Amino acid sequence: MIDAFIAAAELVFTFKTLLVILLASAFGLFVGAMPGLTATMAAAILVPITFYMDPIPAIAAIISCTAMAITAGDIPGALLRIPGTPASAAYVEDSYGLTRKGKASLAVGIGITSAMIGGLVGSLVIVFAAPLLAQFALGFSSFEYFWLALLGLSCAALVSGGGLAKGSLSLLLGLFIAQVGLDPLMAQPRFTFGSSELAGGISFIPAMIGMFALAEILRNGRHGARLEKQTRVGNPFRGIGAVLFKYKKNLFRGAGIGAVIGALPGVGGDLAAWITYALAKRTSKTPEKFGTGHPEGLVEAGATNNAALSSAWIPAMVFGIPGDAVTAIAVGVLVMKGMEPGPQLLTMNPQNFYAVLMVFFLANLLLLPFGYLAAKASRFVFDVPRSYLNAAILLFCVVGSYAINNSMLGVWVMIGLGIIAYLLEARGFAVAPIILGIVLGPLLETNFTTSMMIARGDVWAFFERPVAGVLGVSTIVIWVAATVSGLVLARRRRIRA
Amino acid sequence: MGILKKAAMAAIAVVATAGTALAEYPDRPITLIVPWSAGGGTDATGRLIAAQLEEALGQPISVVNRTGGGGIVGHAALAEAEPDGYTLGIITTELSMYKAVGSSDLTYADYSLIGLYNADPSAIFVKADSPYQTIQDLADAIKSDVGALDASGANFGGLNHLSWISLVQGLGADAEKINWVPTDGGAPSLQLLVSGAIDVVVAQFPEAKALIEAGEIRPLAYLGSEPNKGFPDVPTVNDALGVNFAIAGWRGLAGPAGLPDDITAKLVSELDKIVHSDSFGESMDKLNFGVVWAGGDDFKTYLEQRGEAFGRAISSAGLDKK
Repeated sequence: MIDAFIAAAELVFTFKTLLVILLASAFGLFVGAMPGLTATMAAAILVPITFYMDPIPAIAAIISCTAMAITAGDIPGALLRIPGTPASAAYVEDSYGLTRKGKASLAVGIGITSAMIGGLVGSLVIVFAAPLLAQFALGFSSFEYFWLALLGLSCAALVSGGGLAKGSLSLLLGLFIAQVGLDPLMAQPRFTFGSSELAGGISFIPAMIGMFALAEILRNGRHGARLEKQTRVGNPFRGIGAVLFKYKKNLFRGAGIGAVIGALPGVGGDLAAWITYALAKRTSKTPEKFGTGHPEGLVEAGATNNAALSSAWIPAMVFGIPGDAVTAIAVGVLVMKGMEPGPQLLTMNPQNFYAVLMVFFLANLLLLPFGYLAAKASRFVFDVPRSYLNAAILLFCVVGSYAINNSMLGVWVMIGLGIIAYLLEARGFAVAPIILGIVLGPLLETNFTTSMMIARGDVWAFFERPVAGVLGVSTIVIWVAATVSGLVLARRRRIRA
Repeated sequence: MGILKKAAMAAIAVVATAGTALAEYPDRPITLIVPWSAGGGTDATGRLIAAQLEEALGQPISVVNRTGGGGIVGHAALAEAEPDGYTLGIITTELSMYKAVGSSDLTYADYSLIGLYNADPSAIFVKADSPYQTIQDLADAIKSDVGALDASGANFGGLNHLSWISLVQGLGADAEKINWVPTDGGAPSLQLLVSGAIDVVVAQFPEAKALIEAGEIRPLAYLGSEPNKGFPDVPTVNDALGVNFAIAGWRGLAGPAGLPDDITAKLVSELDKIVHSDSFGESMDKLNFGVVWAGGDDFKTYLEQRGEAFGRAISSAGLDKK
């Protein structure tokens, strides 16, 4: 093992590999910080370039570029309320809330540092538990995925601002939007009105851009001259140690849970941050502060996000089952470079496997200096008067929602949902559950119908497998508890009144 | 600004515009639609084609996975795209079946056919701890009660579903009793198999290779007429059961119908070169995909025959009634 480790270090610590990591990180930083451009796009653009590289630099390019792009995606989330991924939509209210309080540096700093620590924990988990976690992930069938999706959706409804009833209504709206398109099992068109573009469904990126960024622009516009005071991004790491130390429990719990859920192919990354954000709120001494610019949930869910990102590579590397577009691209690169995914990746050429792990550590450590640079550069954003800034953001909204499928439908979706979100938020409805409904709706439905087909219509089958049973009972208990406590509260209020 | 300078600028401007007008196809990035989820066989070969075509044409090609609806979403998106050569796509076996099954009116006639690059029969897999040790064990189970077996492997009415139907019919069992669990591709079906939720998966070797090597699943039989090169020990159903059977999946490159002839011709000749290149052959070998070439009109003839053969199989299985 020591020999393999030294051989791996010789592969990674060459001028060429390190240069590739640096350049790929810089590229990922740029793509991630541009609202509307995604980590998947960044990785896809890099693929043809990796054909001309040796195996380790090639895979290093993909790893460092995506880690950086996803973390950098939190920066426009924090500064402009344009979240980069469905996962970062979980905590965007808190990071943007901090910016509105004039603590933009802190918001960016927490995002970067908790992402780095989460990523390092995730990498450690790969080192020590990759085969174990892969085995665990393989045990998940459609029954477990159904409950997991339901649990994630419940989290969104339960923790959203505005209370359970409004949260649930938002969630249902999201689930309804997810219904548009062909049904996942038998391809029956639903709410498509004969349009083939709608048959492809409503993708979440334009929806997310519209509901967060456009709605914010509309609100700003309405307030006209009474714009909030502009903030400055100073040193993003000032005071960060104290915050992280105060919430160290959240930090490591978030990273741990992220590493485990992230290993589940297909759901991991998107779900994990929502679950830990909800957990942070439930266990917090000050849950009422969540969503207003409170660091606690930000620390926990931010760590989860990057931990899940690292462990998402486990099923892809060990069993050739990629969970998302990024790992699918990575599997393609691995295969092209003669490092076929499979258990032999860990045993036959262990130096290659260790080299990949080292790249994970390096890529996550690089988040700090690059994040610092990005934060420094973004201070220019706030030198621009808000009204001009809004025009630029609007431009990014349009370009970003067009670019995702290269179609105008995305732009209309962005505008339509942006207006809806503005009206809903003015009446105290949270938009985050809508986004999660759009992302998880198809997952929930597919796994429900698949399970019902396997069980031949027997509902009890959802409780027959041990893990499914535990997840199912937990979900039901959470809902019953939330409903009962809601009713009790309402009753007390009525008695008092 | 001096008059000479102005004239020079004007000249440059004219040359620049003329340059774009006369630019040879392609002069901007191309989108390649893959109608199946990332990580499956179509995705892997599609990305391989994209990478090599990118080099040959000198323009970036972005691969877009338009999944859902058993591949119909992606196939429809390609058929309805602008026929300007800047949207191409991978078309797959399922296109031979949509019309016969009644799930969509799409046929090969909705496309400008560029070339067939791959054809592969599927194989039958069970979980490592499955009670079915050989294909004979599974055949006995099919004969005694096929309705008790949960099988999966991509969509309803797709190649793997049809292969399963043909096998069940070949063994003399009632195909109407089959319980087929549709999914979005090989990877999700294999996940259901290893998690112990279902009994059998019909999929292709490349999709299952890592799991076979991990000892999680076992191949029982190959549905081709000759044993697979990568897995010579896995018997064919023709040998093991005496069921005469050779349905194969295919994959090809196409554009929307009405592609200009010169663009089609250019793509056919480029794809011809790629498919016959050593690097493509090696990569396909490594991924364990069979390379088959049929360009332009040959591809059309191939698909005409498939359409008829699949149509017959589908109607004899009673799938067209649903």
